[in-house]
Amino acid sequence: MNPKRVPVFYCLGAVVKKEFRQIGRDMRTLIFLVVMPGFLLLMFGFALNFDVKHVPLAVCDEDGSAASREFIGNFTHTEYFDLKYELSDPREIDRLLGEEKVRVALVIPRGFGADLAAGRGPAVQVLVDGANASSASTAAGAIGTIVQNDSVRMTTRLLRDRGLKSFGMPLASETRIWYNPELRSANFLVPGLMAFILMVILVISTAFSIVREKERGTMEQIMVSPIEPGELIVGKTVPYLIISLLSSHLVLLLGWVLFGVAIKGNYLLLLLTMTLFLIGGLGQGLLISTITRTQQVAFQLAILSTFLPTFILSGFVFPIRNMPPVIQAFTYLVPAKYFLVALRSIILKGAGIGAFWDQILCLAAFAVIMLGVSTLRMKRGKR
Amino acid sequence: MRKIAHVIRKEFLQLKRDPRLLPVLFVTPVLQLLLMGYAANLDVRDIPTVVCDLDGTSASRGLVAEFFNSGYFSLKAQVPDTWGVDRCLDDGEASMAIVVGRGFADNLAAGEPARVQLLVDGSESQSATIGASYASMILSGHAQRIMLERLERLKPFGIRPVRVKPEVRVWYNPELKSRNFMVPGVLGLILMIMTMMLTAMAVVREKEAGTMEQLIVTPIRPLELITGKLLPFLIIGTIDVCLVLAVATLLFRVPLRGSVFLLFGMSLVFMLTTLGLGLFISTISRTQQQAMMTTVFFMMPMMLLSGFVFPIENMPKLFQAITFVIPLRYYFVIIRGIFLKGVGIPELWDQGLALLVFGLAILTLSVLRFRKKVG
Repeated sequence: MNPKRVPVFYCLGAVVKKEFRQIGRDMRTLIFLVVMPGFLLLMFGFALNFDVKHVPLAVCDEDGSAASREFIGNFTHTEYFDLKYELSDPREIDRLLGEEKVRVALVIPRGFGADLAAGRGPAVQVLVDGANASSASTAAGAIGTIVQNDSVRMTTRLLRDRGLKSFGMPLASETRIWYNPELRSANFLVPGLMAFILMVILVISTAFSIVREKERGTMEQIMVSPIEPGELIVGKTVPYLIISLLSSHLVLLLGWVLFGVAIKGNYLLLLLTMTLFLIGGLGQGLLISTITRTQQVAFQLAILSTFLPTFILSGFVFPIRNMPPVIQAFTYLVPAKYFLVALRSIILKGAGIGAFWDQILCLAAFAVIMLGVSTLRMKRGKR
Repeated sequence: MRKIAHVIRKEFLQLKRDPRLLPVLFVTPVLQLLLMGYAANLDVRDIPTVVCDLDGTSASRGLVAEFFNSGYFSLKAQVPDTWGVDRCLDDGEASMAIVVGRGFADNLAAGEPARVQLLVDGSESQSATIGASYASMILSGHAQRIMLERLERLKPFGIRPVRVKPEVRVWYNPELKSRNFMVPGVLGLILMIMTMMLTAMAVVREKEAGTMEQLIVTPIRPLELITGKLLPFLIIGTIDVCLVLAVATLLFRVPLRGSVFLLFGMSLVFMLTTLGLGLFISTISRTQQQAMMTTVFFMMPMMLLSGFVFPIENMPKLFQAITFVIPLRYYFVIIRGIFLKGVGIPELWDQGLALLVFGLAILTLSVLRFRKKVG
């Protein structure tokens, strides 16, 4: 019989069955694949947040007047700052900042209270550890706001004491945060962590699937069987797709139950986006597997192509619009970027397909390219 | 000693045999630092902003202009009504909106509170937090200025404004460039990933290939075998340190204020911990697949909980305790301290000691596990 005549689904089914059996034999790997994404989300969801609060503060009050104490109270009564040290000598600040014991130090000069009362506008020194630029600038912003509001408040009080009509605060500003009203880090983190964790797990789950057979010499057996390269690639993808669909639902469930990140949008849309992303990630792993000769190199490529790129280039933490144009071009190679945009739209904004159809298209294209190139590489190997 | 040298030679021969490995070892660290160093930037500038000025007076325009003169915000669109604001934020065209209420100027003139509303897209909460804090600083500055203008009129009555002038001085990184913080961080991450990855495979590969038995029946002792296996990776790691340090200082111009030698010494100590961890993973795994999974399982928490971007002091107490067993945590304090603060051994000895203790402990553990298996 001509081997080409074997029905398509027969071979495909055989490959899928074989893969499942192989996965089942290594329980540690199976447990990793199903449980690890959920476990990591659990851990990171609780551990990480971006809030700039409780910044350790040192105060050196050289004045020691009622006015200076009241001024310091403005800082210690907010949740932005935690008063850790009260110093008598400003030279100690050097050491505290150098050892990262405090991030911000406040020096109130002698004569502060008297100058304030006389309307001379005394200066206070604020020393900020700028090493971590982003939290330093948030802290500096908070300090500026606190000091300015304090001055406005004191002026208002002075006028009232003199029996003059108080001006009141000239501006009534109101800041509203949309989509994530409490600026909860969880709402921001959970989609990002999902994309990051899943991407890494996806690629490593298939990165060995073909190169292992090459290294063990079982590849030749497959080559001489009537299996078509395309069937082999699809057959290797399907079991992992089922496993990863399971694990990503576990992640969604945890995000909802533990972190209150409910899906605002359409679930079917989410499922479509997720499936395309999963196939793309698995495809990237397969591609790595087809172009390498040893598991060692496949491992390295899998880690190097997912860990830092997904974390840094996907827009998870670092806004893409801040990157130089050349680097922005590289972000188009990171499927997690598309997934993340779509995920945030569906989960947080509850937007319809109109807002992110282009992302879905890109994910689909990525999946097709990855699987297609892998198949082509396999074909070349077969000949 | 000769036996160790033989193992080292064997390892290098094996590394040379796969032509794809060498570029992975030396080119990718540099490439990754180049890409990630430019990308890992949290400077919040030019936040795309939409303006809805319902008042349209010179007073309202003055306030709006102050936002755009600050350099933190860039004008994306001006819309006539709040519907447009909704649309811009939904599409992601803008991530912040300034809405000036009707009657803004009239209220100001009458001494009534004049209304301004800021809408911030919180789905990217990192930049939203920073954006909101800049915005509130601009608003309170504006409020103070209006106050001062009003008080001007009261000067004849002997009333002077009460105000405090904050003199903010930023140390170590006066331009607040996040690159100066991130590039040393990326450097540490790359070093960890490269060295852990290599060693995690070192022993398990021989197990899987069946060559482990051959090594065991040779007169070589476990300790010698492990030393011989680790030294090549230590050498590769050191070369990688040189390469990425050159990129960080020459290309990214991150100021290196402390001692280079101290940095090298501490990096060697740090590599003890990552090599030890990799080796440990190798001894507890049966197949390369398992070794890979376990490596990822260790590496992800180490990366995210180390203080690379997420500050440790904001974590819950339990997780803060976990970070003490993450070597990268200490290395970050060391590397950022040497780069930006120019501090030396008096400030960093405790961090270095923690690394050393961790490294020796994990190496001993791996050697013991390895020996038990051999016996």
